[in-house]
Amino acid sequence: MEGSSSEEGEDVNWTFYRDREEWADLKPVPQDDGPHPVVAIAYSEKFRDVFDYFRGVLKVHELSERALDLTRDAVELNPGNYTVWQYRRQILKHLDKDLKEEMAFVAEMISAFPKNYQVWHHRQVLVSWLNDASDELQLTAKMLALDAKNYHAWQHRQWAIRTFNLFQNELEFIEKLLNDDIRNNSAWNQRYFVINQTTEFAPEVIEKEIAYVLSKIKIATKNESSWNYLRGIVLHSESGLRKPSVIDFCDELYNSGNRSACLLSYLVDAALEQAEYGVVKENSLLSIDKALELCDNLANEFDVCRRGYWNYISGCLRVHMN
Amino acid sequence: MANLVKDVTINDSHPKTLLLKRHVEYIAAYGNNKEDFEYCMTEYLRMSGMYWGLTAMELMGHLHYMDKAQVIEFISQCIDSSGGISSSIGHDPHLLYTLSAVQILCLLDAVSVLPVDKVTEYVASLQKPDGSFTGDKWGEVDTRFSFCAVACLSLLGRLDAIDVDKAVEFVVSCHNFDGGFGSQPGSESHAGLIYCCVGLLSITGRLHLIDGDLLGWWLSERQLPSGGLNGRPEKLPDVCYSWWVLASLAMLGRLHWVHKQSLERFVLACQDTELGGFSDRPGDIPDPFHTLFGLAALSLLGNGELGKVNPTYCMPQHVIDRLKLRPQVLSV
Ligand SMILES: [Zn+2]
Repeated sequence: MEGSSSEEGEDVNWTFYRDREEWADLKPVPQDDGPHPVVAIAYSEKFRDVFDYFRGVLKVHELSERALDLTRDAVELNPGNYTVWQYRRQILKHLDKDLKEEMAFVAEMISAFPKNYQVWHHRQVLVSWLNDASDELQLTAKMLALDAKNYHAWQHRQWAIRTFNLFQNELEFIEKLLNDDIRNNSAWNQRYFVINQTTEFAPEVIEKEIAYVLSKIKIATKNESSWNYLRGIVLHSESGLRKPSVIDFCDELYNSGNRSACLLSYLVDAALEQAEYGVVKENSLLSIDKALELCDNLANEFDVCRRGYWNYISGCLRVHMN
Repeated sequence: MANLVKDVTINDSHPKTLLLKRHVEYIAAYGNNKEDFEYCMTEYLRMSGMYWGLTAMELMGHLHYMDKAQVIEFISQCIDSSGGISSSIGHDPHLLYTLSAVQILCLLDAVSVLPVDKVTEYVASLQKPDGSFTGDKWGEVDTRFSFCAVACLSLLGRLDAIDVDKAVEFVVSCHNFDGGFGSQPGSESHAGLIYCCVGLLSITGRLHLIDGDLLGWWLSERQLPSGGLNGRPEKLPDVCYSWWVLASLAMLGRLHWVHKQSLERFVLACQDTELGGFSDRPGDIPDPFHTLFGLAALSLLGNGELGKVNPTYCMPQHVIDRLKLRPQVLSV
């Protein structure tokens, strides 16, 4: 795509609007930046020319084919300008344009400016107008292949899935992403989103998810995202963090010499939860004494930069000591 | 899989002290260069740009360098008949810029130039039945806009104009399993949006609705070995995220859960020794946005050369005191 938000002006095929005969009737409106006049600008003739004419059509509220073309030039030069997008939609409606063409255009714009709010919003409006989300999973998958954490792409995907009930193959899609990058927090979040909206947390779902996430934790024991997911899932089980199968897993990991801060912090929180339920177990991985020792290790060795947090948690644990 | 942490390295070539004078010059010069390409490209967020610059100047004790009358005149030209305020003259009104304008006018003690009833009406008109807010009459729902609306109305003393309970309810519905908040129900936790949600709960006095320990833990996990904070797991550290995380922790009464010295070192390393200003990461190009958040973060960390910043509003504390606002802050 030729438009970009970088400096323009050297484009040989470009004709300024001020030199176009078909625009001779429209009075351009220069940028007004408040009481002090803007200095004559040399930075980008093209940019200034396009926006002078855009302000011109806005002023006379012209909803025409040529104004539509002009907004295209304007958003290509500056996709963040929300006023131009809004005006473009007004023209599209007014002229009753073929929205399929516009869908292709906005897909191009999304590829060129994947982190821009306006391009994604424009897409969402068009999908709503068309009441057709058949391309959205593919489009977002393509954008996520380029940047697996693009927040706009995920938000759009969730919106399309939720609005048009497209949950069917989403878990498969997520598994593919997690196989590519086990630390993809967005994908873990999406997994929770799908389950929460479909099967919910029935006992067999909980078991299945725990088995899945533990298999992933085994591969990367310091992965904050998978541990957070585990915590999110066990909260739906009756035994919470103290779920025996999970504690056994942690026990084994700990005894194999693993000292990942995520593992230790899970054990500390499980011990705290246990103490809050009034159960005291001596000589176990979940005893208060052991948890205090772990906090100490974390504060002084494995997670020194969060010492303030570990000291706080030690204090919470001590409350339960008699 | 190798356990590579995404982070930056800070070395002795990076600045270690606050280059206050340079930043004053940087901000003062920024708006004067109207032929600058970047200046024209950012016209659509001019109002926020002015808020960043003016607030930064006040935190540095140099607000008097700025032409207040000119700023007020500009804002009054951006007020739409709907009561909404636009980013610049001739643009459509938007909640983001309405908040920025109100913040500026509070800072300058000039709210009287606003048609407060109209502005209030505009903000209230953007609330949806589920309590959420859109950014303008066309736009999408986002917890950012919930914060903008509530912050704006509280600064104007007009929170009574919206359904506060519903606004709170919507924000709580965006609470995630990991303790954080996203832009909409189910959206991934994100430090910037956490700031917005915690900020809204702070203004409305509902911070008890969150598990401060769980969220505080997630937030403190954002600190990387360089000392900088990221906005989501596995992302690079950034000065603006450092502010949003730190401000959220401050509201939760858990500022001390991050390692202050290393964070301060990271933020100072993001200063541009030649141009002045702060960039997102050491060595990048500075901008007013990261300059304000760099200064605000240093202020929260207790830097004595800067004025005190309020973590909820990202405005000078004395302004919040003058307005007699008491946003909630937890203590542990
Ligand atoms: Zn940033």
